[in-house]
Amino acid sequence: MAQEPPLLSMSGIAKSFPGVRALDGVDLDVQAGEVHCLLGQNGAGKSTLIKVLAGAHQPDEGTISWRGEPVTLRSPIAAMRLGIATIYQELDLVEHLSVAENVHLGHEPTTAGFVVRGRTARTSTAALLKRLGHPEIDPARLVGELSAAQQQIVSMARALSHDVRLIVMDEPSAALDPDEVDNLFRIVADLTADGVAVVYISHRLEEIRRIGDRVTVLKDGRAVAGGLPAKTTPTRDVVALMTGRNVEYVFPERPEREPDAEPVLRVRGLARDGEFDPLDLDLRPGEIVGLAGLVGSGRSEILETIYGARRPTAGSVSVDGRTLRPGSVRSAVGAGLGLAPEERKAQALLMLESVTRNVSVSSLSRFSWAGWVDRRAERGAARAAVRELSLRPDNPEVPVRTLSGGNQQKAVLARWLLRGCRVLLLDEPTRGVDVGARAELYAVVRRLADDGLAVLLVSSEVPEVLGLADRVLVLREGRVVHTAPARELDEHRVLDLVMEGTPAS
Amino acid sequence: MTQPVSPPRDTAGKIPPVGRLTPWRALPARADVRTLSLLGVLAALVVIGGITKPDEFLDTRNLQLVLTQASVIGVVTVGMTFVITSGGIDLSVGAIVALASVWATTVATQEYGFAGILFTAMLVGLGCGLVNGLLIAYGGMVPFIATLAMLASARGLALQITDGRTQIVSIDSVLKLGERDSYVLGIPPLVLVFALVTIAGWLALNRTTFGRRSVAVGGNAEAARLAGIDVRRQRLYLYLLSGLCCGIAAFLLIVLSGSGQNTNGNLYELDAIAAAIIGGTLLSGGRGTITGSVLGVLIFTTITNIFALNNLQSDVQQIAKGAIIVAAVLVQRRTASTN
Repeated sequence: MAQEPPLLSMSGIAKSFPGVRALDGVDLDVQAGEVHCLLGQNGAGKSTLIKVLAGAHQPDEGTISWRGEPVTLRSPIAAMRLGIATIYQELDLVEHLSVAENVHLGHEPTTAGFVVRGRTARTSTAALLKRLGHPEIDPARLVGELSAAQQQIVSMARALSHDVRLIVMDEPSAALDPDEVDNLFRIVADLTADGVAVVYISHRLEEIRRIGDRVTVLKDGRAVAGGLPAKTTPTRDVVALMTGRNVEYVFPERPEREPDAEPVLRVRGLARDGEFDPLDLDLRPGEIVGLAGLVGSGRSEILETIYGARRPTAGSVSVDGRTLRPGSVRSAVGAGLGLAPEERKAQALLMLESVTRNVSVSSLSRFSWAGWVDRRAERGAARAAVRELSLRPDNPEVPVRTLSGGNQQKAVLARWLLRGCRVLLLDEPTRGVDVGARAELYAVVRRLADDGLAVLLVSSEVPEVLGLADRVLVLREGRVVHTAPARELDEHRVLDLVMEGTPAS
Repeated sequence: MTQPVSPPRDTAGKIPPVGRLTPWRALPARADVRTLSLLGVLAALVVIGGITKPDEFLDTRNLQLVLTQASVIGVVTVGMTFVITSGGIDLSVGAIVALASVWATTVATQEYGFAGILFTAMLVGLGCGLVNGLLIAYGGMVPFIATLAMLASARGLALQITDGRTQIVSIDSVLKLGERDSYVLGIPPLVLVFALVTIAGWLALNRTTFGRRSVAVGGNAEAARLAGIDVRRQRLYLYLLSGLCCGIAAFLLIVLSGSGQNTNGNLYELDAIAAAIIGGTLLSGGRGTITGSVLGVLIFTTITNIFALNNLQSDVQQIAKGAIIVAAVLVQRRTASTN
């Protein structure tokens, strides 16, 4: 490996955006056939770096060499021609086209230059899907009908439909179940065996241990460590490099006493056909209850149905004994429910607006008289809520889009805090939140519970549910298969339940 | 619900001084830059007008005329700005103006005098807005399609009412509003109405819950719904507002022309959309500016006036308008990306 020039060598890459130096002289070497992991907190420069690599951004300084030859990646097409493919976190597929059409988009097999040979496209797509371990995906189906995991496979098939030498994967496992992650890793192993290089971005350190060869850690636009051995570098060191701190998951302590107040939220026989079976649930003030289950087990659907965003086919939800109007978000919010949804940007935030306006949007009537908004009162209350949660930056007038993932999540929590909500529904609260910021978010949630809030938590990360919740409901295929205090469960037990549905002894 | 936010805890340690200058502090300044550049364009137009036709353009009567012409389309644009800010579009404004103006000037309506004409115009506008709003908010129709259908039917109905004839207004109190002796300090009453609508619109958009909710629905309708906003009702109100603005504009047009015609308000939808867009309102929703829209209207009206004074045909005007829209949007993209 030593005498061969690296497949890709980036050196001294710098890129500035107005007001931000996103990359400040980054070096990255990638060898053919290796899995090179890129680690770093949000805002460390990972996205900018892979966009430079994909030809989507032009670097201000620095050089890129491909197989020892200096190259300029003027456009995404130029990068693709060299054999660099990028699978972005936000999938870039056309929903109204079929799988085969998506895979061959831009390089359709044609007769006479313009007549698309659909059958050829479908056959080659089927071959690619088979190679990716998903022969069950029909190349003729519309991409919009597929699950998120299947769409990711299609995205990967598209990358492989080119003669690819290097694939960049941006958090490919974020939307996947454990068994799908296994399949992803198998694909990665196959690719590298063929000499393809993989640049792998993930927040999950354990994945990097499993498949990574080397790790480059980015912090504040610089590579603070390049080419560390992925399997042997101690976690503590990696986290320290990323954050400058020596923390991993730190969960706040549970209160000793059991909450004994009357339940604030009562769910009775709540069900949605085809999504989840009748569910009973009591939630007391001060209590955090976790829902553990795989993607597709009905976790998010349950939360959204309790919240009224989906109309139940049976059952009822009541808050303080008052039954909510089924399928009405306004009724739920009025009774004191608040939801921090899974897709923060798409479902919760007004990205063009300031933190203040994002926080106050659910409580406008509190700051208004006959529709007239008292902006001073609004700002004051938003500022108080934002400080209560130690949201940074401390100035709530900044646009919410400039915040990191963790602070955006705090802005959503501040919205419900300001509303004076009684029951908080958290759907994947730490998705897209970097490791360093998670512990703080956990502490915030626990503190809110200590102040009398009831919290219902959904997470695909089992340690998170076990570490944060007091009581855990394990879901499998829309059914609660086990309920227990969190301290009586461990990760293995929950994973067994989630996969098998049988409470193993 | 009544549980208040507890006072800030001292967890963050020392809190930095609040008023410090950060890059984000420059954000309001960006909006000012946009307003200033629009004002600059308007000033440049006035200079051009003053140079090419010094006697005619800067004449008080001409300036009064320009403002009066701007008033009709201006009122429509204020309503349109709300609709676009909320992520919608209203293609039916011109047709609603036409329908309201002919309905309010029928022989039967004129029997009720001034109030009859005024209220009929506003009610017809509200009625059309109600239909638009119900179709879009509760019928789940795309705004483009629903208001396109309204455009066609309202124009058709206007033609049916008039049978293509111009309906002359014979109410003196209405006609008098357009005459010089009812000007207040040299300002035509129509312009005063426009000014009032503008101020009310600005306040509604920037200082009320209605404005906040409009922006929220336009910025992210799903987030607005999950935040507890009644998105459908808000949409209904927005199209009602646009319809009401059309009704007011129709009344102004009746005063201005002393008649009602089924060809009134032709292509107002395009002028209003164009004015809102060059003013800085995002066509995709989530950001709107009444100040910008009004400046956009004034710019377009001034161009029309200067071209007319210089005997340039309307085809040249159209080309110039198109070029200005393109230039304004390109400049805005530029300034947006450097911020």
